[in-house]
Amino acid sequence: MTPSASDLLTLTREGLYCPGGDFHIDPTWPVPRALITHGHADHARSGHGRVLATGETLRIMAVRYGEAFCDTRQEAQLGQPIRIGDVTVRFVPAGHVLGSAQIAVESGGLRVVVSGDYKRAPDPTCLPFEVVPCDVFITEATFGLPVFRMPDTRGEVDRLLASVALFPERAHIVGAYALGKAQRVMALLRQAGYDGPIHLHGAMEKLTDLYKREGIPLGDTPKVVAADRAKLQGAIVLCPPSAIQDVWSRKFPDPVTSFASGWMRVRARARQKGAELPLVISDHADWPDLCRTITETGAGEVWVTHGQEDALVHWCGTQGIAAKPLHMLGYGDEGEAEPAAEVAA
Amino acid sequence: MNDFAHLLDRLAYEPRRNAKLRLLQDYFAHAPDPERGYALAAMTGGLTFREAKAGMIRGLVEARIDPVLFRLSYNYVGDLAETTALIWPGPSAASPPPRGETVEVGVVPLGAARGRSATPIPLHEGEGSPPPIGHNDPPPHIPTLGEVVDTLATTKKSDLPGHIADWLDALDETGRWALLKLITGSLRVGVSARLAKTAVGALGGHEADAVEEVWHGLEPPYATLFAWVEGRGERPQTLNPAPFRPPMLSHPIEEETDFDKLDPADFSGEWKWDGIRVQLAGGRDAEGTQVARIYSRTGEDISGAFPDLAEAIAFEGTLDGELLILRDERVQSFNVLQQRLNRKSVTGKLLEEFPAHVRAYDLLTADGEDLREMPFTERRARLEAFVGGLDHARIDLSPLVPFATWEDLAAARADPASAGAGADADAIEGVMLKRRTSPYLPGRPKGPWWKWKREPHVVDAVMMYAQRGHGKRSSFYSDYTFGCWRTVEGGGEELVPVGKAYHGFTDAELAKLDRYVRNNTTKRFGPVREVAYGPETGLVLEIAFEGVQRSTRHKSGVAMRFPRVSRIRWDKPSAEADRIDVLERILARGEREIAPGAAMSEETR
Repeated sequence: MTPSASDLLTLTREGLYCPGGDFHIDPTWPVPRALITHGHADHARSGHGRVLATGETLRIMAVRYGEAFCDTRQEAQLGQPIRIGDVTVRFVPAGHVLGSAQIAVESGGLRVVVSGDYKRAPDPTCLPFEVVPCDVFITEATFGLPVFRMPDTRGEVDRLLASVALFPERAHIVGAYALGKAQRVMALLRQAGYDGPIHLHGAMEKLTDLYKREGIPLGDTPKVVAADRAKLQGAIVLCPPSAIQDVWSRKFPDPVTSFASGWMRVRARARQKGAELPLVISDHADWPDLCRTITETGAGEVWVTHGQEDALVHWCGTQGIAAKPLHMLGYGDEGEAEPAAEVAA
Repeated sequence: MNDFAHLLDRLAYEPRRNAKLRLLQDYFAHAPDPERGYALAAMTGGLTFREAKAGMIRGLVEARIDPVLFRLSYNYVGDLAETTALIWPGPSAASPPPRGETVEVGVVPLGAARGRSATPIPLHEGEGSPPPIGHNDPPPHIPTLGEVVDTLATTKKSDLPGHIADWLDALDETGRWALLKLITGSLRVGVSARLAKTAVGALGGHEADAVEEVWHGLEPPYATLFAWVEGRGERPQTLNPAPFRPPMLSHPIEEETDFDKLDPADFSGEWKWDGIRVQLAGGRDAEGTQVARIYSRTGEDISGAFPDLAEAIAFEGTLDGELLILRDERVQSFNVLQQRLNRKSVTGKLLEEFPAHVRAYDLLTADGEDLREMPFTERRARLEAFVGGLDHARIDLSPLVPFATWEDLAAARADPASAGAGADADAIEGVMLKRRTSPYLPGRPKGPWWKWKREPHVVDAVMMYAQRGHGKRSSFYSDYTFGCWRTVEGGGEELVPVGKAYHGFTDAELAKLDRYVRNNTTKRFGPVREVAYGPETGLVLEIAFEGVQRSTRHKSGVAMRFPRVSRIRWDKPSAEADRIDVLERILARGEREIAPGAAMSEETR
């Protein structure tokens, strides 16, 4: 008899749990066995017993939490089925950040895909999303409203470069999340032909070095030396979003404050952050891609983990797809979280 | 239209004046005629057309987008123009086809009226569904700003939705946003007309004042203006018989340093009136009809708000002076004038209770003659003769304040009532010094005119909240909300916010204040921090201000005019800060004059 999806994966206090394999996926609390989709702190926490993830994700976790972030780690090869207890799991690229993967869980002819965070837009720093046909698709909905249609990133980077050309005596400080977004912005700048140094806040150095070790060329990315800040006329500087409000940003020459985030799509959000040059660059699927992906998986049932779930659940209804929100807490604290949480962090 | 939209988008986020100016100059230098001329008109309030209604825009969207999704989106974004701009199905919107059947959300009857077939628009497009709209059509024509303005001004109301839908189809997201803001009359550019003119002037190395001189004879799209500043054409001849002439402004005098360098004999003294600076311009047009204009200090035509005063402009000439309310020949305080300002409709009752007057202090032109090159003393003599000749109850002369020494002047400033101002003293906010030999120079030249304002009111208040500033100050907590003590019902004392100030301190003081805020934060609300305050803890700020008004917006019920931090009282315990009674008393003094009788008494509130 084919099991039902809610037998295969249940929702516990720690997050999604698979009784058949006795493991959690992206648990928000320490558990004996965790499968991790990607390295953002809200999905990858330290203190688990055994961790199964892609090699890149494991190395990201080691950089962030130290080598002792769990008791034992196991590397998942992309596309290879792995047997755990009564179920088979498979890691498939999610296109979100370096090493990010969806996790397909199968048992008795039923397949559930946990997408983690994902995007469909091209990203030179990670493998592209692959559609996995499934019965149940568990999706995020960070940008789950039809107003979120992300523009081509090329246009956004061009606006940054145009501003640097118009204000050559000012430093351009771009707030970007330290894992993924920052490196994507660097790679996009290189694609646009910018070959000058891209200056980095200290908090970005280790992860950027890791990206380079993983074979992603990002060019010259010197760390900002505190004493030299005043000399960085015309420079492009990347820092975590919170550093823009920090005293750290103050010593740059007449800085232009910029943020690279999908939230910049909405003016009130951009203004609230104090952005003067908002760059709409998102690492999450936008509305058309959320809808497209759900359709392409052929899933008859959709669970929405976090984000703007109401609109996506409504849309699924208009398409004859059963859908329910999971109202999962604890996600969205990093990456493109609700900015309010970030301000207090 | 897209280029203009992208300029507006940048300006909306840019807090710095000089950066705005650079963006404007860059645009005006690159945008073609007549597009840039219409853009200039949009920024200077020079466009007139029938505005589109929000309901019509909403209808256009709901014919294309699932109303539930639209409502959820609107709730999230909170702005109709922006939601519409973001959600409008663009040519690249590609979503998968729905299962089974195509859900067609509405059709487009609007395009049909303009000769295009009414194509059903599926909400979601992709493989297996009909090709995206416009797939077989030539690329949509992106409207110019000129076309938009022209169409809005000439088209029939019933045809408007069709045009707007076509424009929205053709424009990008930023273009759609700017278009919707423009046509619904809610465009806020964040740029003053003055700044836009400054940018245009800079194209050819002209000052903004040079642009102002010719401005009032010009019409959008200002082709002759651009030709002139770019050196391709003659200076436009202003045909306006009553043009605005940029006013001459003064510098505040520094008591400690400036007086030593100045000779009292070189200067003429006047009262500084607490009204609004205006220019009365009158002249006859080609048909011989009298034209009367009242301009604000920035060149805005405010004649419509003061018909009682405009009637008095039966002369040919340009008077510079202060607009004041006079009752029984007595000048009323600014609190009274406030009742006349910012009214949507000018009623007969308002005209009767708040009669507008002008107290003239300079004469720029008279009977076709430009007097601005003359020295002040000569202009003053001409002014006295001119105003005397008018013999009109609405226009009188601002008297001179005689003095021999700076001490004499200081005494007059300290007590205007006994120095000749008499009962008008309440409407005086200091004295003016004008160099006897100086011509009338537009702008704010340093040296010829000085203002010496009377001492401001001060109050000691406690810092309660701080907010980060903008631009250069975006990493500094530079905007402070402060409060005064009051008694709580049932006993006990509490601090109640009375105002907000963001200047008056030096950069070094700002750095210290910022550190104080960061070290004493108790709560955070987005960009705002609450700091520790109470009888035992808190920072006292001495706040200087020009007056107090009644306010329904503030919890305390009072609002200050021009509050600024005059001193930081690191030494003063917050329990010793002032009580709100201090402000109430200043308020009560002003309110007695607002209306004759007791119209503003507590019972009628």
